[in-house]
Amino acid sequence: MPKPRLLNRDEDSLPLDRELLVRMHDLMVKARVLEERLIQMYKQGHGYFWIGGPGEEAFNVPLGLLMKKGQGPAYDYLHAHYRQSATMMALGEDPIGALRQMKNVAADPYSGGRNFAGHFSKREWNIAPVSSPIEVQYAMAPGTALAQKRHGGDGISIVTGGDAGTAEGDFASCLVWSSRPGNELPILIIVTNNKWGISTPGETQHGETHIADRGKAFNIRTKTIDGNDPINSYLELKEAMEYVRKERKPFLLEAMVSRLYGHSSASGANFVGNEQDCLAVFEERLEKHGILTRKEMDELRNRYTEDMAAMARQVREEPLPAPETIWNHIFAERK
Amino acid sequence: MANMAQAVRMALHYAEEHLGVTDIFGEDVGAPLGGVFTATQGLKTAWNSPLDERGIIGMAIGLAMAGSKPVAEIQFADYIFNTIDLLKIAGNTCWATNGDWNLPMVVKTPVGSGIRGSIYHSHSFDATATHIPGWKIVIPSNPLDAYGLMISACQEINPVMYLEPKALLRIKGEERIPGEPEDDKLLSKMIDAPLGDRSQWKPQWPQLEAYAVPIGKGKVVRAGSQVTVVSYGRTLPLCKKAADDLAAEGVDAEVIDMRTLWPYDWELIKGSVEKTGRVLYVNEDTEVTNFGEHLVRRTVEELFYKLMAPPRLLAGKFVPGIGLADTLEMASVPQQGDVTAAIRSLASEQP
Ligand SMILES: Cc1ncc(C[n+]2csc(CCOP(=O)(O)OP(=O)(O)O)c2C)c(N)n1
Repeated sequence: MPKPRLLNRDEDSLPLDRELLVRMHDLMVKARVLEERLIQMYKQGHGYFWIGGPGEEAFNVPLGLLMKKGQGPAYDYLHAHYRQSATMMALGEDPIGALRQMKNVAADPYSGGRNFAGHFSKREWNIAPVSSPIEVQYAMAPGTALAQKRHGGDGISIVTGGDAGTAEGDFASCLVWSSRPGNELPILIIVTNNKWGISTPGETQHGETHIADRGKAFNIRTKTIDGNDPINSYLELKEAMEYVRKERKPFLLEAMVSRLYGHSSASGANFVGNEQDCLAVFEERLEKHGILTRKEMDELRNRYTEDMAAMARQVREEPLPAPETIWNHIFAERK
Repeated sequence: MANMAQAVRMALHYAEEHLGVTDIFGEDVGAPLGGVFTATQGLKTAWNSPLDERGIIGMAIGLAMAGSKPVAEIQFADYIFNTIDLLKIAGNTCWATNGDWNLPMVVKTPVGSGIRGSIYHSHSFDATATHIPGWKIVIPSNPLDAYGLMISACQEINPVMYLEPKALLRIKGEERIPGEPEDDKLLSKMIDAPLGDRSQWKPQWPQLEAYAVPIGKGKVVRAGSQVTVVSYGRTLPLCKKAADDLAAEGVDAEVIDMRTLWPYDWELIKGSVEKTGRVLYVNEDTEVTNFGEHLVRRTVEELFYKLMAPPRLLAGKFVPGIGLADTLEMASVPQQGDVTAAIRSLASEQP
């Protein structure tokens, strides 16, 4: 695969406010520690399966920060996949919900103990339910986007998924339905490219130079960016979102990211080491520019680690859903 | 009287005007065609989608999520199979999110044989649809029910699968739809698109009235005392005619139209079988792992000691398709003679 044409911003300056940088760092650490705790819970037998997003924080945190959070078509919809915990943290979500989902307790706020870790859902914030079949969210996102186009305002639909999944027809559906002449939709189509399916390298499967290039055939604006750099991600996302908000047209953004713990617990969920760690690189820069000291960052990580450990202990004591609740919510009742 | 295609169209018009339907869409659903069976002609929210069934179901889910009320069409049920996982998601979204999200959407699709549609235009979908929990599934057998069930479907806050028996779409009803004009020719002039250039055409809708057939309620279409016949869709009129014909032979059959396959009216079926002690289930889906098999199983488990004969299922043959030749189609799915013979045989069966 040819080397990605990454449009990085200048490495040596930090073109964002100190406050925002510190906030992004805080959220990246929080999301990372959350995922590490989820992996640990899985390994200790406090959950059946782990899948999540350590390695994608540099992209997913800015995404959450830039979303217009709320319910209904005036706000942004997120059609996420299962590596989006950092986006949820950035939106202000309490991490204990993810732990509850890992432990499948009754209080799991996303599914009541019914779904895998990382399968978020929150109607109050337009977070569409994450489902495991790869890429289905790309077929649904044009629906919310169409409702938003009609509604007016600047709400957009955001859909995210992996690179391997773009081989599914739903990805093509998304490009087709988002760009119908005269009916272009306000949708930010994101592919987080970690260069892998489960064990299958993308370079053995994908003939296109960049996945983003596929948007060009549909006259969709596209870009491939370095998603391991939170500053770059923030600026690129901001630009792309502003375009979609204002023009009410689709944008296809491909973000190159890392996959730090392999695919999921199915592949062991062990730290891989040969991928760039976006958090470590960002911390070096923050330190170099005097934004945060090593000590401050270590303390932050320790604090989150303790917090999450305490939450995990708490969750361990919480009850599982009662068996008869299988009959709940098969149909919605009119209130 | 209106035919079923006109009835669906009128119900959708009513739903656009009164029930908040925002989008009626699918392949060729919008102008100029208005659907390959004309069921969506002249509707103000009807539009043409890309030729992409997965996109159609995905779009419906997204619209429903965002508070719109979509009615999506899959042109032929034969082409809905490549959307199964999306249908499954639409059905499980409320459950999977512990009640947080519900999807008020309708998917309509023509099903079954009877128009010499050959291998790729004759498939049934009842067994598959009833295998996807979280959906309500309706199937009318006459225009008035088609109207009333569509109204109910559009009032629902859950996904509804609306199956249209192809063979019945052109058949006129025996009962008038509330608000439909007396004169059929006049109705046609008002709401059927003209041949040729339709660019200037606008329908003139009659003053339609609200009329809902509740989801989950079946109907006794012929009362009888000796044998119960339970059917729906294309085979229902065959059952009714068979029962009427057999009356001359002294066979008194009760015929039930299920109208809704899920959640279905077990109380109605149960009461009838308790009365007659004999039951025949009739549909045209392939007989292996057929929805009727579920009904037979339930009948055996719950009503065994009331039965005077084994419950029977008359269904389509388990062959990979319905061949184009008249002889092949006729041999593949129950025909009038098959139904009559099956009722006669069940009625006279002695242990
Ligand atoms: C339709 C479907 N096929 C197969 C799978 C099994 N599966 C789960 S994740 C995955 C790889 C996904 O890779 P990619 O789209 O690049 O996303 P990533 O997990 O790398 O972020 C596969 C094949 C699935 N969940 N859904």
